[in-house]
Order: sequence, then C-alpha cells, then structure tokens
Amino acid sequence: MFHVKHYDVLVVGGGHAGTEAAAAAARRGARVALVSQQRSQIGTMSCNPSIGGLGKGHLVREVDALDGMMARAADDAAIHHRMLNRSKGLAVRGPRIQADRQRYRASIQRQLAAYPALDIIEAEVAALQYANGRISGVTLSDDAAIGANAVVLATGTFLGGRIYRGSDRIPGGRIGERPATILGQQLRSLGLPIHRLKTGTPPRLDGRMIDWARLAPQFSDSDTWRMSFMPGGARLPQLACAITRTNIATHDIIRAGLDDSPLFSGAIEGQGPRYCPSIEDKVHRFGDRDGHQIFLEPEGLDDPIVYPNGISTSLASDVQERMIASIEGLERAVITVPGYAVEYDYLDPRALDHRLALTAIPGLFCAGQLNGTTGYEEAAAQGLVAGLNAAAHALGLGPATIDRAAGYIGVMIDDLILQGVSEPYRMLTARAEYRLSLRADNAETRLSPLGIDWNCLRPERLFHVEQREGLREQLRRDPTTASEAPMDLAQEVEEDRRYAPYLARQAEEIDRMRRDGRIAIAHGEHLRGIAGLSHEMIERLLAASPRTLDEASRVRGVTPAALAALWLDARKRA
Amino acid sequence: MTDTIFALSSGRPPAAIAVMRISGPAARDTARALTGVVPPPRTATLRRVRDHDNATLDQALILFFPGPNTATGEDLLELHLHGGRAVVAAVERALAALPGVRLAQPGEFTRRALEHGRIDLVQAAGIADLLEAETESQRRAAVAASEGTISRAVLEWIDRLSIIAARVEADIDFSDEADVADDAAYVPRDDITALATAMGQVLDLPSVERLRDGITVVLAGPRNAGKSSLFNALLDREAAIVTPIAGTTRDVIEAPVIRHGIPYRLIDTAGLTEASVDPVERIGIDRAARMIDSADLILWFGAPQHAPARAIRLSGKSDISPVDPAADLPVSAHDIASVQTVWTMIEQRAGQYLGGDSDLALREEQRRLVAGCRDDLLIAAWQTDPLLIAEQLRVALGQLAALLGRNATEAMLDALFGRFCLGK
Repeated sequence: MFHVKHYDVLVVGGGHAGTEAAAAAARRGARVALVSQQRSQIGTMSCNPSIGGLGKGHLVREVDALDGMMARAADDAAIHHRMLNRSKGLAVRGPRIQADRQRYRASIQRQLAAYPALDIIEAEVAALQYANGRISGVTLSDDAAIGANAVVLATGTFLGGRIYRGSDRIPGGRIGERPATILGQQLRSLGLPIHRLKTGTPPRLDGRMIDWARLAPQFSDSDTWRMSFMPGGARLPQLACAITRTNIATHDIIRAGLDDSPLFSGAIEGQGPRYCPSIEDKVHRFGDRDGHQIFLEPEGLDDPIVYPNGISTSLASDVQERMIASIEGLERAVITVPGYAVEYDYLDPRALDHRLALTAIPGLFCAGQLNGTTGYEEAAAQGLVAGLNAAAHALGLGPATIDRAAGYIGVMIDDLILQGVSEPYRMLTARAEYRLSLRADNAETRLSPLGIDWNCLRPERLFHVEQREGLREQLRRDPTTASEAPMDLAQEVEEDRRYAPYLARQAEEIDRMRRDGRIAIAHGEHLRGIAGLSHEMIERLLAASPRTLDEASRVRGVTPAALAALWLDARKRA
Repeated sequence: MTDTIFALSSGRPPAAIAVMRISGPAARDTARALTGVVPPPRTATLRRVRDHDNATLDQALILFFPGPNTATGEDLLELHLHGGRAVVAAVERALAALPGVRLAQPGEFTRRALEHGRIDLVQAAGIADLLEAETESQRRAAVAASEGTISRAVLEWIDRLSIIAARVEADIDFSDEADVADDAAYVPRDDITALATAMGQVLDLPSVERLRDGITVVLAGPRNAGKSSLFNALLDREAAIVTPIAGTTRDVIEAPVIRHGIPYRLIDTAGLTEASVDPVERIGIDRAARMIDSADLILWFGAPQHAPARAIRLSGKSDISPVDPAADLPVSAHDIASVQTVWTMIEQRAGQYLGGDSDLALREEQRRLVAGCRDDLLIAAWQTDPLLIAEQLRVALGQLAALLGRNATEAMLDALFGRFCLGK
C-alpha cells in the first residue's frame, strides 16, 4: 500500500467539530486534510437552525476568542437575533441567532478555503492505520491511503448510525447519507469503550402553507450585537419566528401512535437527552399538561422550509402528518421531511485526556458527538481543542488545554473526561462553578491570551485583540472614558467591577484548584500499590483515570481520606 | 497565604490536661491575642488565656516553638489547658474567631509535617496505613448513616434544596421556555428560610459525641429560685450547698449521675443577674451563660418567655411561691412527687435525643456541614440578584451533598428535569 499524500493532521468528518478541528490545526501551523463523505455537506446544520443560547452562546464566543469559525459563520448567516436572559447579569446572558442554513454552510466552506495549508478530500475513511503503536494515517474505502501524524475523529452520529421512524430502520447518520460502518467496526474491535446514545429531530414543514397570521410572532432583537468579537458586514434582513402549541387532540394522536414508536417498543437501547425530549416523551411524562410550546423557526431567506422546534419525534410518518394537522396554524402545512430518531455509537469520553487525545492510541483525537455530547456549539468547541492538540502532537508543540476556571470549554471537557456521560451532554451554565467570572462577553479577555501563547490567532485577529485589550486597560484605569469606548468593552469592565467581591472569593478557590492541579498522582495499576486506598476507591479512580490531585477531587465518590493517600503517594514519588 | 490550623492533640476531654496545638504563620499572633505575650521559645510559661472579649477562659501552660525546627516545620504554639470540656470548647471557639485560623482537617498536621520534610517516607507509609483504617471506619460510618434517620433527614433537605435550586437555575438556563416562564415569578426567600429553620432545629439538638459522654443538664435562672435545692433533690444528696442567701452558688457545680442506664451530667450554675459587682460572682455568672450555650437540656427557673432553646420551663419553690401558668411544670425540692416528674421529663427528652422517633443527632463533622449550609441559606434568602442566589444555593447544596457523598449538580439537574418539561 502506498501513501497518496502525507499530512500533519487528518480530520475525519466535516461537521461542526471536524471543520473547527481542521481550521484550528491549520492555524497552529499544521498541514491538514479534512476528509468528508460529501464535500457539499461540509458545515451543514443537521438539526435546528440556531447557534448559541444559554451556556452554548458562551462556547461560541470562546471558540471565537481563539479565532474559530462558528461565530463568524453565525454572523454571516443570522436571520434572527435573540439575547436570552437580557434582564439578568451578563454572566448568564445567552446570545443566540437563527441561521440561514445555506448561508451558514457557505460561510464555513468559504472560511475553510482561506486556509492555504488545508485540503478537503471527498472520500470515506475505512480504517485507521498504525505504525509502532502510533497513528500513521487512514485507509479510504477505495483502498487508497493517506498518511498523517495525528488523526481527529469527528464522525458525529455517523459511527454505527441507525435511523428510526415508526417501524422503519435505515442505516445512516443523517437522512439520505451513509453511516461510517466499517470505521465503527474497527473502533469496536480495538476494545475501546463504545456504547449507544440517541437523539432526534422534528419534521420539517413547508412554511408557505402555515397560517402565520393566527400565530403569535417573536421578533428579532432590535439592537445590533454580534456573535463574533470581530467586526463584520451588515445584517441580513431579519425574520420573525412564531409560537404555536400542541393541544389535547395532538396528544391523543401521539398516544394512539405510540404502538409502533421505536422509543416505546424498546427498539432503541441508547439513552436520549433529558433536556431535548421527543414530543412523545413529553406527552408521556407530563401527561397532565394540555399543551407544549412549539417555536416555528424559518430556515432561510430564500427557503420556505420551517423548523418546528419542540416536536422532535420518531413516530411513523402518517402519525406525524396527523399530529401536525391538529396544531393551530399548521392545519394545512405539508411535511417536507418527517422527523426521526438516530441512534449512534459514542466513545466513553473517560478514555480521553484534557487534549481530547485517546490515551490508548497516541496520535488519535476525538471530538464532538462521538464523545457523547449534543449540540453544534459543544461539537465546535471540542473540535477546536482536538485540532490545536493534534497539531501540537504532529509538530512537537506544547499542549493546548483550558481548565474549568478559564472557560466553559474547560468545564465541558473536564466533565466529559472525568465523569463520563449517561445521556448526551449539553452545556448548561449551572455546570460551571465559576459562572460569575465565565461570561460570554469576556471570553476574549479570558481566552485570547491563551490563543496568543499557542500561536493560533491569525494576524487580523491578533491586531484586533491587542487593540481591544489596550482600550480595556484604559477603561479599568479611568472609568470616565466609558462613553468614548466601544459599548461592549465598557459593559464588560463595568460588570467586572460590579461582581468584584464575589470574583475575589472565587479567585481563591481557583488558586487552590490550580495548585492541586500541579500535583501529579499515580494512575493505572500503580494505584493498587498505594497504602490507604480501598478497593472501591481504586475502581472509581481507574474508571475516570484522573492525572492530578485536583482532577481526583472531582471524581464522584472519592473521599477526602483517599485524596490524602494519593497526595502522600505523590509526595513519596516526587 | 497558608491558613493557621489548630486541633486538640491530646485525648478527648474530660481529662486532667488538654493540649491544643496551633501551627502556621499566625501562631505567634495567636499567642499574643490569647495570652498577651509571645513567650520565649521552648520555655513553659503560665498565662491566663482570654477570648476576644477579654473573658478569662483558663490558666494555661503555654509553649512557643518557632519554625522551621518544629513538628510541622511551621511556627507552633501549644496550650496546655485544664481538660474540661467547657474549657476546651471555649478555647476552640476563641481560636476559630481569629483571622486566618481554623480547625485542622483530619491528617492535616501530618500533611504539613511531610510538606516541610519534618517526617520521612517510612513514617509517611505508616501514616498511610492509619489512613486506611480511617477510610474503612469512614466507610462503615457512612453506611450506618445512609441507613439511618439522619440521612433520611439530609436526603429530604437535599430534595427540598435541589428543588429550590432547580427553580432558580431553570429561570437562568431555560428562561426562554414556556414551562419555566410560567414559574418565573418564583421568589425563593420563603422556601429558603423555612428550610434553614428546619435545619436549625436539628442543629439545636446535642451532637452524638456529647450524648455518648452524658447528656448535659444545666439548672439555670435567677438567683434564689431554688436551683441548688432541686439540684440536690435530683441527686438525692447534698452536692451543692443550699442556703437561703441569694447568690450562694458562685461557680458551677457538676455531678454525674446514671439513671436507667443513661449517663447525665447535672450542672448547677450561679443565679443570673446583671447587677452583681462581686467579681467572683460575675465570673460565675459568665460561666453560667456559657454553660447554657453548651447544654443539651436546661432546667429553666426564669420567666418562661425568656427560656433559652432546649429548656424545660420550671416554676420553682411551688410549695411557697405562686405557680407561673406559662411554665411547663411546678416544682419544689420539698415535694418528692414534683422532683420525680422533673426526672420523667428529663428522661423523655433524653429518649428523644438518643433514639426513637427523632434520631437526628449529628456528629460534629456533620454538624459543621449542616451549619455551613444553613448559614449559606440565610445569606441566600437576602440576595436579590438571581445569579447570586443561585451561587449561594450551589455552595449550600454542595455542603449537604458532601454529607452523603452525592454530586450536588446532578441532584439539582435531576430535580430540574423531574419538575419541568424542558427542551425543544
């Protein structure tokens, strides 16, 4: 077998994780190949048309602060803006936009094309290749091979993907696209901890048949905030969303259709997300409610398709049609693609480290839904970290990791690799113990300096970051200049001042965490040699494989006595 | 800055002597704050130990060892106190009130000794074996607790607090959803205060450790109310001198007694009065006030409406004085039947403390966490910024969850998704 070509980093998958991974690796100086089954689908939003939200908006801003693509693509495609929690403190404001799907995808593809060292290859990856226990590249389904020093897997729902709708079963990760079956089999055969999860999507409607006049509209914000910290072009025309509800008749139709629902027949083994339940789940679990809200979200400026947010379902197509027809305003709406559930393989993320590298196979990185998360933003943020570190692995650079005190990205990755998942993981602000200091508006202050250290900001961004930091410094010195400063910066500095006493208290906690984070502890079989560790503790530690005293302190059920024993052992070996 | 830590390094009081060790950068300041001087290094010095109100707590032998050539490698202060429980408790309170000084965690002195290279690795391995024993006993204790009423009570608190936290968090993380918007007017103050009150009631009960050492019954109230007469009648012997002169009992008098297999410490105190100018009597009165604070049960002879918590309100000298109808019980040392009734009430309370329906006695460690949680709740109740309420509730729930080894975030999320139909 000969290598057609050799890259520093090869990324498998062209979704939100894969594209950010490829771009991030390229920013760090790697030569990158992005391999996708269908070039035209790169940057596709598979499910809802929105980017951002609570917790998620924080992730988008953090990716942007490290010069990622998601926020700028969102700005390029936004046809509806909504700042959530507008009445509350900046720490929990959630910027969210509805994107024109085609424009979003086009923006991602355009941004990728601007990286000269990044090649896009349309092919199906069949298998990983190794040499001397390290990743050496991949083979494609046509038997060609591509060499790479590091590989990022960002396969989304495509590994072992299986679509369910009523009694139909279709192999695939998205409707109309093949699953990555052979690669999935190889990963299982390597003995990696792979299990199943499920998610779902609602039917899409032709908006031309919706009776908008009868429904309550929800208008776009009138002020002109942006997702990205970078300036950009003018806003697209803004569209309103509308709100309708299910009713008793809808619920009766759903209950009658449960017989051939794959969710209730036991056909699906994977756990679905509690915070994104299907409409049949909602009706079943909250049977006393007489209606559930549905947001009707337009999918584009030149596209009549509407996404009915709130009725994800895998009921049979005919049941879905009757269900839609029972809803106010949708009586005559036509379903263009029925909803479905998809069950897919995920890798227990406890097998990964903070770089999102698979501990067992040097050179292999994993990102996105494959790691048990849900959501575009969660995927993009992981892609960024995996890409930066895959480049570091290939080029012999230092690791790029973010801790819980520095960003939501750090909270998410730390949760994933230490706690694992029992349902698809979604970012929530409640998961961040340093929530008061991790704000969407200060992501640049928190993370861009790391980006400078890692050399992953391009010149235009770097200039912008340094200029804004200068303005911030001036505002901190002299608050009276606020009226001349950009409004977002003035607000950021003002909010820092407002929460200063609480931030100081958190700073102490953060110091303690970082101090314990520098104490490396024993792992693997070495744990069995430590006096004072009970069997139960050893099992818990083996499953989560913490590397530092700080990480061990967050492993569920690990006692203070066990931490003391780990610490003593660390001292002994130091 | 490293905290300065303290712990009792001798056995549990009561004992002839109690050695309190204080280690850390503030050891020198602690000596000055409590005894007025920093004694010359390694020289035993007799000094009065006073709290920050300048009240004398004890006469103690004090020793100061400047670091780094000390057991922990830090500045080290030793207080050799009289080994009574009240003295030790009072000194611990005075220490904890100093800035930068706190009670040591288990094994923390050893950890510091190792950190500063004062003990070697062989010694460290020996300590690890001890830790193993600790782990095992902690595990057993945790299992015992998880089957007991304590954990049922704590679980109930966790549930209540999780629901409050979930409603606050839902309004933050899911404010755009209709199900939450219906609930948005939620002001958690009343629910938080009610929960803090429930926790406070359990905190008012004596701790397991104290119950094991005997239930402390303190007789307190104004002068010449018949306290010492009842004290003697309860003991059935002349332990306290009884005279008709007000203020006869100028210090506290303690007597152990066992009834029906349960140990008690009966404590007679000086009559409470603000007016006394006699310095000896004043000290006695101060001590009486402290005894009331640390009592498990108080036989209260004062006005019923001024009774402290955990009191049985008595109307004394019932044979010669008018009986106060608001009191729980009329009593006279000369009326044997009334003395028996007092014992019956004491035993009923003891029964409640020791088991039966409200087996809610906390261990000191649990008490600290519950008290911390309660304090955080009281702060949360007065916040108005939902973010800061959420922050305070997160810390509070974390302390409760630590009692049972639960994950606080998960508990909150379970309550969140159980209560609200969330997600689009």
